Amino acid sequence: MSNQMTKKREPLFHIVRRDNMPMLAAWGYRIGAFVLALLLNAVFVWCMVRVDPITFYSTMWEGAFGSESYIWATLKAAAKLLCIAVALSPAFKMRFWNIGAEGQVLIGGMAAAFVMYHYTALPTVVLFLVMIIASIIAGGIWGFLPAFFKAKMNANETLFTLMMNYIAMNVVDYFYDKWRGFRSALGILNQNTKIGWFASIWKDNDTDGLMTNEDFWFIVVILVIMTLMFFYLKLTKQGYEISVVGESHNMARYAGISVNKVILRTMILSGAICGFCGFLVVSSQSHTISSGLASGYGFTAIIVAWLSKFNTFTMAGVSLLIVALEKGSALMANTYGMRGFSSSAADVMVGAMLLLIIGSEFFINYKLMFRKKDKEVQAA
Amino acid sequence: MNTNMTPAVTFRGVTKTFGDNYANKDITMDIYSGEILALLGENGSGKTTLMNMLSGIYYPDGGEIFIRGKKAAIRSPHDAHELGIGMIHQHFKLVDVFTATENVLLGIRGEGKYNPAAAAARIREICATYGFELDPSQKVYDMTVSQKQTLEIVKALYRGAEILILDEPTAVLTPQEADKLFSVLRNMRAEGKTVIIITHKLQEVLSISDRVAILRKGGYIDTVDTSSATELSLTELMVGKKVELEIERPSVKDRVLRLQVQHVNAFNSEGTQVLTDVSFDAYGGEILGIAGISGCGQKELLEAVAGLQKVEEGSEILYDDPKGKRESLLGKSPKQIKRMGISLSFVPEDRLGMGLVGSMGMTGNMMLKSYSDGRSLIAETKAPKELAEKIRDELEVVTPSINTPVRRLSGGNIQKVLVGREIASSPAVLMTAYAVRGLDINASYTIYHLLNQQKQKGVAVIFVGEDLDVLLALCDRILVLCGGRVNGIVDAKETTKEQIGYLMTNLKEENA
Repeated sequence: MSNQMTKKREPLFHIVRRDNMPMLAAWGYRIGAFVLALLLNAVFVWCMVRVDPITFYSTMWEGAFGSESYIWATLKAAAKLLCIAVALSPAFKMRFWNIGAEGQVLIGGMAAAFVMYHYTALPTVVLFLVMIIASIIAGGIWGFLPAFFKAKMNANETLFTLMMNYIAMNVVDYFYDKWRGFRSALGILNQNTKIGWFASIWKDNDTDGLMTNEDFWFIVVILVIMTLMFFYLKLTKQGYEISVVGESHNMARYAGISVNKVILRTMILSGAICGFCGFLVVSSQSHTISSGLASGYGFTAIIVAWLSKFNTFTMAGVSLLIVALEKGSALMANTYGMRGFSSSAADVMVGAMLLLIIGSEFFINYKLMFRKKDKEVQAA
Repeated sequence: MNTNMTPAVTFRGVTKTFGDNYANKDITMDIYSGEILALLGENGSGKTTLMNMLSGIYYPDGGEIFIRGKKAAIRSPHDAHELGIGMIHQHFKLVDVFTATENVLLGIRGEGKYNPAAAAARIREICATYGFELDPSQKVYDMTVSQKQTLEIVKALYRGAEILILDEPTAVLTPQEADKLFSVLRNMRAEGKTVIIITHKLQEVLSISDRVAILRKGGYIDTVDTSSATELSLTELMVGKKVELEIERPSVKDRVLRLQVQHVNAFNSEGTQVLTDVSFDAYGGEILGIAGISGCGQKELLEAVAGLQKVEEGSEILYDDPKGKRESLLGKSPKQIKRMGISLSFVPEDRLGMGLVGSMGMTGNMMLKSYSDGRSLIAETKAPKELAEKIRDELEVVTPSINTPVRRLSGGNIQKVLVGREIASSPAVLMTAYAVRGLDINASYTIYHLLNQQKQKGVAVIFVGEDLDVLLALCDRILVLCGGRVNGIVDAKETTKEQIGYLMTNLKEENA
């Protein structure tokens, strides 16, 4: 009998789903996870390069927000990440696994660059209109194709959108090499005339300030898109349809929603916003094209969209957090690179942060019940 | 039964919580060898949770379980097997492409070679002992539901189960098959096994069990000897207050032809014919019941009328509107039917997969049918919110807020939300599939009452049901489907349960 008893012990813990954690407690968990991540990284950095936590975190802070130019760099990158996450949100809310944002941004940027490279004679207003329309159409096509084959043949959208990325990259590489000719690099497009740049909209002799700052307008436009998308998903009939299709196709049919139509429409929208983002980046940031245009944010944005539960305002905060971590750890790698703190170590830090923050969501939704102390029963 | 012996199973203060809710609270009871114990309770009373703790699926948050007098920690179904506990779930856990023998051997650990021939012999032996009919070499995909259930039981016995738990075993069986199952269970009792059956059906409790244990709202109420119990006394114990067992069947004078379904043929996505030459009329002011073993075309038939199931050429579905205009619904989508001004309501079987958006609150769900009304781009939320409040108040839906995701509500409340919405659009035809499945008695009666109200308003109600007693008491006429064909339409007032059971299982020759 006692044999049986010692063998069969209660499990150490088991997992129980909890239904309703109060908002405040949930944020307690999130902040707790964040603090834990900070501590963990402090230990990690100390072990690697013997830098004390205070120096370490002030370097991190400096890298992200240390000077005006650092702040702008952080905000710009966060806005770009936000824009792509916003573009992805309707697709993911519909449970359509669009991992092709990288390519959709690229092809949109390519279309914009093509127009500003070839049609320099157009009047400014017309040129911008053509650039915008071209980038939206290009991104829209990149969104439409996987949706079309999903709707008609039930093709796997994950593989399809992934492959579309490589097509976009190669299209960009083709034009990059063609335009580069015998030079070592393509360089900036229309460097002297600034045709197709945001900067060409205002006159050169305007005083300096926010109104003539390309970065400022880049961020403003993206915040407008963020707000519009928030209301699109929340208030419109199309937003409602997206939620229903995301829940179940059967239910959508029951409600008289044409599932294929919603998939096509939503993916064209998602791709078009990515394409438009490509235009924004080319016209206001890079002023050129290369296959690194989206800087991998097409994939990072997937994390942002899911972590924010498709709330576009939350996405702004999450984007800023991720980019600030990135920029801060980049400065760390820069400063302590000689002592062995490489950019890979910086990636490890960012990864640990994200893991803990995402992990806290688990503890918000579930709790662990530990074995009660019942030694006396065990012994009996 | 001898109460001086050691109980086969003892629960002592067993508690299990999900979130803030107690699924089981401080349950203390004994179950003995050589008895059939019926575990009775309304939905959500914690029967299945309690048995899941016995079979290793859940682990108790508090209290102790003793098996044959020894304290046991049952951490997994494997632990349960070792203690001689076997559970037959409502959803069978069998591998379709394996034979009966292979399924029995699957997952058995231990020494010895894989020897299907010896296993098959053992299986035949078990079948002979208890009176099962099972072919060890038959593949599961060739089996009927009843055969699959038999296989699950044999599987448990093969593994040495002394304590056998059956979760609503008759829900999927015809009356004849249920009788067969009961005689097998009696044989097992005679062999000294402990049989626990979880059920809602009082007649079954009375006909099969020795004792009845009653749970209510997660708590243990009492165990009574079946011989001294009646349907009424059990119901009282179960619900805690007296409930009227009679279902009303108000008579309506003017029946009006509303729906004509003629020669409907349909295939499912796998290309199997699911409806064959189905014809019937439905009248406003009557409840037309549809009976049949599950999967005999009930779902496809309702979906064909609702515009969700493609039907073959030569089929015809005609709708007569109250003004006498006749229109064809053939090939129309749900949206087109709505645009024609026809109010067709449909309470589907799959409530959270089809009828309601689980992640949305009541308001969001009210919008499901009406969100596209009007020309504005913005979806209207005011009227749906008012409707949600009205349904919550009138049907007494228990929910923390009308914005709480409906999947968090209990089964009965979910169904009230769904039926409430479908009735709110003042339908001309109201189709319901298994409208009371999984609901407790009170919630079921609320639904019957709502359907009767609709009938009196002149709505053509189509009620697909599984409980024959309910079909007989509630409906005016009953259409019996068998293998996708209409095997008879009978007057509910003049027919018997046996007759319907017969029509469900035996296709008439002129129909075949």
